[in-house]
Amino acid sequence: MKTVKLAIFIGLFFISGLAGAAALSSYTFADQEEEQAFRELTAKIRCLVCQNQSLADSDAELANDLRREVYALWKEKKSEDEIVDFLVSRYGDFVLYDPPLKPSTYILWFGPFFLFLLGGYILSRTLKSKTEDKEVELTNEDQQRLKTLLDDDNENQEATK
Amino acid sequence: MIPEIGHFALVLSMCLAIAQAIFPLIGTMNNTPSWAALARPLAWGQALFLTIALGALTYAFLVNDFSVRYVASNSNTLLPTVYKISAVWGAHEGSLLLWAFFLGIWSAAIAVLSKGLTQEVVSRVLAVMGMVNAGFVSFMLFTSNPFERLFQIPAEGRDLNPLLQDIGLALHPPTLYLGYVGFSVAFGFAIAALIGGRLDASWARWSRPWTTAAWVWLTLGITIGSWWAYYELGWGGWWFWDPVENASFMPWIAGTALMHSLAVTEKRGAFRSWTLMLAILAFSLCLLGTFLVRSGVLTSVHAFAADPDRGIFILIFLLITIGGSLALYAWRAPSIFSGGRFDLISRESFLLGNNLLLTVFTFLVLFGTLAPLIYDALEWGKISVGFPWFNKMFLMVTPFLAVLIGFGPLMRWKRTDPKKLVKKLRIAMIVSVVIGLIAFLPAISTGSLLVPLGMFLVAWIITSHITAIIDRLKHKQGISHIFADLAGKGRSYYGMVVAHMGVAMFILGATMVSHHGVEKDLRMSPGESAEISAYRFKFEGVAHTPGPNYTANQGEFTIYLDGEVEAVLKPQKRTYFAQGRPMTEAAIDWGLTRDLYVSLGEDLGGGDWSVRLYYKPFVRWIWLGGLAMAIGGIICISDRRYRSKKEKKPQQAYTEAANTLVTEKS
Amino acid sequence: MIEESKTPSRMRYLIPLFLFLIMAGFLLKGLFMDPRHIPSVLINKPAPEFNLPTLYDPEKTVSKESMKGKVWLLNVWASWCGACRAEHQVLNTIAGMKIVDIVGLDYKDEAVDGKRWLKQLGNPYTEVLVDKSGRTGIDFGVYGVPESFLIDGEGVIRHKFTGPLYYPDIKGTLIPLLEKIKEGAK
Repeated sequence: MKTVKLAIFIGLFFISGLAGAAALSSYTFADQEEEQAFRELTAKIRCLVCQNQSLADSDAELANDLRREVYALWKEKKSEDEIVDFLVSRYGDFVLYDPPLKPSTYILWFGPFFLFLLGGYILSRTLKSKTEDKEVELTNEDQQRLKTLLDDDNENQEATK
Repeated sequence: MIPEIGHFALVLSMCLAIAQAIFPLIGTMNNTPSWAALARPLAWGQALFLTIALGALTYAFLVNDFSVRYVASNSNTLLPTVYKISAVWGAHEGSLLLWAFFLGIWSAAIAVLSKGLTQEVVSRVLAVMGMVNAGFVSFMLFTSNPFERLFQIPAEGRDLNPLLQDIGLALHPPTLYLGYVGFSVAFGFAIAALIGGRLDASWARWSRPWTTAAWVWLTLGITIGSWWAYYELGWGGWWFWDPVENASFMPWIAGTALMHSLAVTEKRGAFRSWTLMLAILAFSLCLLGTFLVRSGVLTSVHAFAADPDRGIFILIFLLITIGGSLALYAWRAPSIFSGGRFDLISRESFLLGNNLLLTVFTFLVLFGTLAPLIYDALEWGKISVGFPWFNKMFLMVTPFLAVLIGFGPLMRWKRTDPKKLVKKLRIAMIVSVVIGLIAFLPAISTGSLLVPLGMFLVAWIITSHITAIIDRLKHKQGISHIFADLAGKGRSYYGMVVAHMGVAMFILGATMVSHHGVEKDLRMSPGESAEISAYRFKFEGVAHTPGPNYTANQGEFTIYLDGEVEAVLKPQKRTYFAQGRPMTEAAIDWGLTRDLYVSLGEDLGGGDWSVRLYYKPFVRWIWLGGLAMAIGGIICISDRRYRSKKEKKPQQAYTEAANTLVTEKS
Repeated sequence: MIEESKTPSRMRYLIPLFLFLIMAGFLLKGLFMDPRHIPSVLINKPAPEFNLPTLYDPEKTVSKESMKGKVWLLNVWASWCGACRAEHQVLNTIAGMKIVDIVGLDYKDEAVDGKRWLKQLGNPYTEVLVDKSGRTGIDFGVYGVPESFLIDGEGVIRHKFTGPLYYPDIKGTLIPLLEKIKEGAK
C-alpha cells in the first residue's frame, strides 16, 4: 500500500477503483443498524489520496488510519457532526462528499432551485404564448400553393411507384 | 512495417477528413455538384483507412509487437487473446482510434443509407462529420499517436491493467463510443439545417432514427459500464456520480430530451430551434466528456503534466466545434418559426415539460461535475461534490419525469380533453396510489419515504401504459387491425411503451437495492457462517488457483437458504505477474429478485480472511431496465415509416407543407 | 405578430454561446490547476498539539510547547517515500544555509529504516520525531509525504509545502516568508 502513496506523487496512479473489500471487518458493532450507520458515515467521507473513493471503500493506508480515528471517536459516542468537524478541521471541506451548507456553497445548494424556477418560467411563458397563439390562417393564395405542393408530392409518389 | 501502414492510413484518413469537411460544403454553397458529390466517396475512403489503421493496431497487439509503445504499455505475451483485442481500446490512444473509427463507420453508414435525402443535405451532414473527425484524427496524430515506436524494444510488455482484463472492457467502450459518435449524426443534421437555412421539419424526420440509434448505443454503453463496475470493482455499487460516469450520463439525458423533442418537431413542426439546440447540446456534451476524461482537470493532474498539449488541443477543438455551432445557432435560429398553437393539456405541452426537466437535470449534473473546478478556480475553497448531492438533485427531478411519463401515451397532439384524460386514467391513479400506500408499511418502507414514492411511480408508469394500450386497441376495428398494429404498424408506439417500462424497471431496482440491500464486512475463519437477510453464508476456506497470467487465492462460500444449498461462490484475490497488484474478483450468484455477492479482502493469517458479503435485492432490474430502454429504441427504429421515404399520410403531408409555407411567410 | 416577438429576443439566442465561453474559461483555468492538491486549512492557525518521541532517543519527547519561540520547518518524510529522496538534498542545502531549524517527522516508518536513510543521505534535522501511528500526521492534515510546515515563534503555521521542496522554493518562498516572520516578530 505504500506504493500507492508513492504513486500519487510520481503520477502513476491512473485507474483506481480497487475497492477495499472488507475495509470495516476489523471493527465490531453492537448490531447491524450500528454497522450500517457507521458505513453510511464513512461512505460520505472522501478518501484524500484515492482517485475518487469513499473512506468506506478505500484500501489506502491513510484511509485506514482515518477510519481507525473515526471508529475511535464513534466508540466514544461522539455525534456525527463532531466526527465530521474533526475531519474538516484537519483536511477542509474537501473530505465531505456532501458539501456543508454555508455562504460559499449557497450557489451549490440554491442554484439548482434557481435553475428549476428558470425552467418553470420558460415553461409557463412558452405555454402562455402557445395557447394564446392564433392558428395561422392560410389565405386563398396559400391554399392554392399548398395544393400545388401536395400535388407535387403525390406526383413524386406516383413517379416512384 | 504493419504499424507504419497503420500510421500512414491514419494520416491519409486525416487528409480525407479535411477534404470531406471542405469540398462538399463549398460545393453546396456555390452550386458545384461535382464537389458536393465528393462527400460520399470521401466518407467511404475515410472509413476504409480508419479500418486499416484499427486493423494494424489490433495486429500489433496480436503478434506482441512491443516495439510499438502503446502495445508495450498495455499488453503482455501472457495476456489471453481476447483481452489482447480489447486492449486495443484499453487506454487513451487506442480508445481515440476506436472513436475515430466509429465516426468513419457512421459517416459511411450515412453515405449508404441516405438515398432518400437530397445531395445537398448529405453533403453538408458529411462535411460536418468530416470536420469532427479531422479534429479527432489530428488530435491523435499530434498528441497521442498509437503507432509510436520505441527504439529500445522491451522483451516483455507491461500488461493491461488487471481491472480491464474483463469482458466488460470488450463491450463497454465500443458501445459507449458508438453512442457518443452517433450523436454526431444528429449534430450534423442540425448544423446542415442551420447552414442551409432549410429549417422545415424534414430534417427532424431524417435525423430521428439516427438519433434514436445513437441513444440506444449510449444507453447500452452506460448500462454495461454500470454492470461492469458493479461486479469488477468489488464495491457492490452500481453508480457513484464520478466525473467520468457523469461525462457519459450528461449526453444521455440531453439525448433523451432530444429524442422527445424531435417527435414534436417532426409531427407538429414545433420546438424547432429548441430541438436544434438539443442536438448541438447532446453532441457538445459528448465532446466535453472527452475533454473531462482525458485532460485530467477533474481526476489526476499528472496525466496533464505529462503532456500539456492534450488538454489544450481538445479545448481548442471544443472552442471551434461547440463555439462555432453555437455561434451559427445564434445567427440562424432567431428566424425559425416555432410551430402552431397547442393547448395547456396536450402532448406538446407535456413533452415541453419533459424537455425542460431533462434539460434542467443535464445542467444540474454539469454544474455538479464542474463545481469543484469552478470553486477552485474562483478560490472559493476546495470542495467535493459527491453522490449525496447528486442523489438529491436526481430525486428532485425524476419523480416529476416519472409522473409525466404516465400521461404521455394518452395525450393527443394539439389538445386533449382533461376530463376524458382523468376518466381514462382514474383506475391507474387509484391503483398506483394504493400500492404507494401499501409500501408505507414499515416492513416494506424501512422507514424511508422514498420506498413508497418509488413504488407509486413504478405502479403509475405500468398501469398508465396498460391503460394507454387498451385505449389504443379499443379504437381499432376488428381483430385484424389490432393484430396489424401489434405486428408492425404501430412499432414506434410499442417501442416507446417498452422503453418506458424500462424506466419503471430501473426505478424498481434502484429503490429496492438502495433501501433493502444488506452489506457486511467480516473476519471469517474456515467453517464459520454469517447470516445476511434470510441467507446463511458458510466460509469453507481459501485455496490457491493458478490463472493464465496471474495466481489467485480462491475462497469458497456455500450459501444456504432454509437449510438448502442455494449457491456456491468462489471469489478470488488475484495477483497478476506483470504488475504485481492484488485484484479482487468478486463472485456473484445472480437472480431476478436478488444477487448474492461475495468479495474477498485480506488474508488475516491462520486461515482467516476478511470478507465482504452483500445481499442485493432486485439489483438486476437496474440493468434490465437499461436493456429494455435500448430494446424499445430498437423497436422504434425498425418502424416502417423511416424506411419508406415517400410514403406519407395525407394529413402529415398537409401539415408539413403548411409548415413550410408558414416558415416562408414569417 | 411573429415579427413582433422576434426582434427583442434575438439576444436570447446568444445565451448558449455566452455560457459555453464562460465554461471554456473555467476549463482553461482548470488545465493549470491541480485537482488533487488540497490546500491546508491550518494556515495562520495554531499548530496542533503533539508530544512525540525522538528517533535517536525514544525516551526523550518533544512537544509543541518546547518549540515555542523558535521559527522552524516541520518536514514530514519517510524512508519508503520515493519523492523524499530527491527532496532530501534540498533539505541538506537549507540546513547548510542555517536559515531555519528543520525538524523531521518520520511518518509511519520503522526506526531502523529511518536511521539508515539519514546515515546514507545526511541528517539536515535539528531533531527527528517519530510518528509511528500517523496520528500526529492526521492532526496536521498530512495526506501524502513529503509535506513541510513553516511554524513561527508563536506556534502558528505560516505556510505548507505539499509535495517535495525544490531548490527554487528556497529563494522563492522560504526566505521571503522567513523575513516576513522576522519583521512581524519585531
